[in-house]
Amino acid sequence: MSDTPKFKVTIDNITVEVPAGTTILNAARLIGGDVTPPAMCYYSKLENSGGKCRTCLVEVSKGSEKDPRPMPKLVASCRTTVMDGMEVKNITSERVIDARKGVVEFLLINHPLDCPVCDQAGECDLQDLSYEHGSEQSRLDFPKRTFEPEDIGPNIQLHMNRCIMCYRCVFTAEQLTQRREHGVLERGWDSQISTYLNKALDNEFIGNIIDVCPVGALTDKTFRFKQRVWFTKPMDAHRDCPTCSGKVRLWFRGEEVFRVTGRKDKWGEVEEFICNTCRFDKKRASDWVIEGPTKVNRHSVISQNHYRGAVEAQKDLIREIIGKEPKMLLDIHTISDVNRPEIHLSEIHGPSHSNDFLPNQQLEGQRKLEVGKK
Amino acid sequence: MKLLLENAHIEGIRNYDIYRKYGGYRAVEKALKLTPDEVVEEVKKSGLRGRGGAGFPTGMKWSFLAKPEGVPRHLVCNADESEPGTFKDRYLMEFLPHLLIEGLIVSSYALGSNLTFIYIRGEYAWIVDILEQAIAEAKSKGWLGKNILGTGFDCEIFVQRGAGAYICGEETALIESLEGKRGNPRIKPPFPAVQGLWMRPTVVNNVETIAAVVPIINLSGEEYAKIGVGRSTGTKLISACGNINKPGIYEITMTESVEEFIYSDEYCGGIPKGKRLKACIPGGSSVPIVPANLLFKTAKGETRYMNYESLSDGGFATGTMMGSGGFIVFDEDQCIVRHTWTLARFYAHESCGQCSPCREGTGWMYRILKNLEHGKGKMSDIDLLWDVQRKIEGNTICPLGDAAAWPVAAAIRHFRDEFEWHITHADEAQKRNFGLAHYADPRPVSAS
Repeated sequence: MSDTPKFKVTIDNITVEVPAGTTILNAARLIGGDVTPPAMCYYSKLENSGGKCRTCLVEVSKGSEKDPRPMPKLVASCRTTVMDGMEVKNITSERVIDARKGVVEFLLINHPLDCPVCDQAGECDLQDLSYEHGSEQSRLDFPKRTFEPEDIGPNIQLHMNRCIMCYRCVFTAEQLTQRREHGVLERGWDSQISTYLNKALDNEFIGNIIDVCPVGALTDKTFRFKQRVWFTKPMDAHRDCPTCSGKVRLWFRGEEVFRVTGRKDKWGEVEEFICNTCRFDKKRASDWVIEGPTKVNRHSVISQNHYRGAVEAQKDLIREIIGKEPKMLLDIHTISDVNRPEIHLSEIHGPSHSNDFLPNQQLEGQRKLEVGKK
Repeated sequence: MKLLLENAHIEGIRNYDIYRKYGGYRAVEKALKLTPDEVVEEVKKSGLRGRGGAGFPTGMKWSFLAKPEGVPRHLVCNADESEPGTFKDRYLMEFLPHLLIEGLIVSSYALGSNLTFIYIRGEYAWIVDILEQAIAEAKSKGWLGKNILGTGFDCEIFVQRGAGAYICGEETALIESLEGKRGNPRIKPPFPAVQGLWMRPTVVNNVETIAAVVPIINLSGEEYAKIGVGRSTGTKLISACGNINKPGIYEITMTESVEEFIYSDEYCGGIPKGKRLKACIPGGSSVPIVPANLLFKTAKGETRYMNYESLSDGGFATGTMMGSGGFIVFDEDQCIVRHTWTLARFYAHESCGQCSPCREGTGWMYRILKNLEHGKGKMSDIDLLWDVQRKIEGNTICPLGDAAAWPVAAAIRHFRDEFEWHITHADEAQKRNFGLAHYADPRPVSAS
């Protein structure tokens, strides 16, 4: 591999050297931070993924050293490979910001804003994306598109209304399993993910479509409505699994394991795909060798107040995160009791419990929080 | 002057014997004596531009074809003619099937394709039989098969029917469909010239482009380039329809003015009942609509001719495109809002749903326009519509997004007063049409 030529590419005035054949998106991920375009459909572990959601559009202001002409259209950075001397504008380009805002609006017009009852809320790519790029109000005056519910098996819940047609689950089934049993039916506005025959997806690795789904269209039935993700605490764990690597993330609440997922990296992609047995059947802490708590980005809603060293009071919190990655849903502190910053959670030892979030004296009587049994 | 349709009127020209009697398959005899590169060179010299709509020089497209050792190459003829207003390929295939097959043999020889496909629109069911019969005739006479004319060149042609999707006319979606998959356009690059059908180098050409190769070889590239004007060389088939006296297929040399084309008896023969001209779509439904005051004269005051350059003069602000040649004429009785809604419905129905701006945007535009047409619109809807089309255009995988956005953009740009009238006079708009726009028809009302 040493003879692969290295290309210099400049993204938002930051130059990085990458091997030939790298896409603009992956080059930007090497730089990291704000210059990385968001990606809703691209998944580095899946071949042929990407190019569909159009959120990663960037402007190429200089094609290459040899051919410095700019590209006339915005290009999908996840599918465009870099050329030597290419100059790319992402957040420094008005055009890109405008187009991205348009794409986010298109993704949201038919997306039900049912985040309060959606299991994906808190770890949803579309939430982060609309927080950064969306507008505060929808301009769609028409009823949102809805689909008939479809049962695709005992372990996976398909909620087609939330789907943004990223095709990730189709590629996962195609590349990870022996036989793809679901696909895209219809076209255009009405296109949908379906098995057509209401057939249960039962392949050993099919559970991974839950992890790759960027929204709440595919969720874990064994976890459904049991917890909000920000009440659970992620722990890295492993077991000796005959079919997969067995390296997973357990989502605890108290001593109970509520959910098992693959380990996601900072781009929200699983490091290794796991099998259905690990995901759905091994739900006791004794099944696993616990490695320790997962390091979660402290701006993520999942990490809020779970850890020592998290930003403490609300005032400080706002000052702290201004100008940083706006990944956190700020409003949750102003509108909700459930994640109250004045409750000093960083002092609490062990996994968090819902009792930790009980309202303080002043609010008692006004509201009652329905909490799970301890 | 006619090159393609010269013999179209002859009785039985569909049959091999009569086609051969009138000089058919001379181009194959001539081309197979040249080397493939010489044939490509002839096409390059002719300046032939793709007749499917984009107008990309065919010779250049052919020269981009990658030629790796030991990998078969393919030629695919795009007969998935589904653009509303365009029906020229249907005429060619129905009446002159051997012309297409002759062109395919020559082109396959030039590109080195031993396996050539015609991807035909599913609705053209009866034309499949015509083409297959013509292929069988050509094969029995030795123009297809192994070792054609003793040159050692093998070629087989197969006809594949589509299943009724407009998007399969896009070249990469066509290739996907031909491979038996869902007709979703591929993300480019890689281009089909490098990785196309079954990941082999592939050229996809329109029916008319392939047919035009025959006169190019017969006349030689230089002679062909003398026909026409500027970079618009040769002849072009125009399928005229709408409010004209003589709808049909016309072969033009691209030197006719638009006014002549609509009003002369040789071509469309004017507008029925002495009505006045309101607007025109000169190149199939996806090109911008032009109001009558910008149709005959460009914004600079020059006469507009029926060719690639003159029609696109002024860009999209005051011009349009040659497109695929689907010439649709609107008289004063037509409602532009209703027309735009119809087109938006078509594109919303035909969007493949792969990329988000097109999937959501086309459906959204269709719903807004439906409201406008039915008197339920708001003034802000016009600006919203403009914003939606602007965010679709250029941000999609394939040109269908652009094709859906352009007609809406042009309709709002030129006929905004009519949209506003539909909102301010919602009840009246249900009963009568807006009539002519704020400009006058540049021609006086005829005396009929």
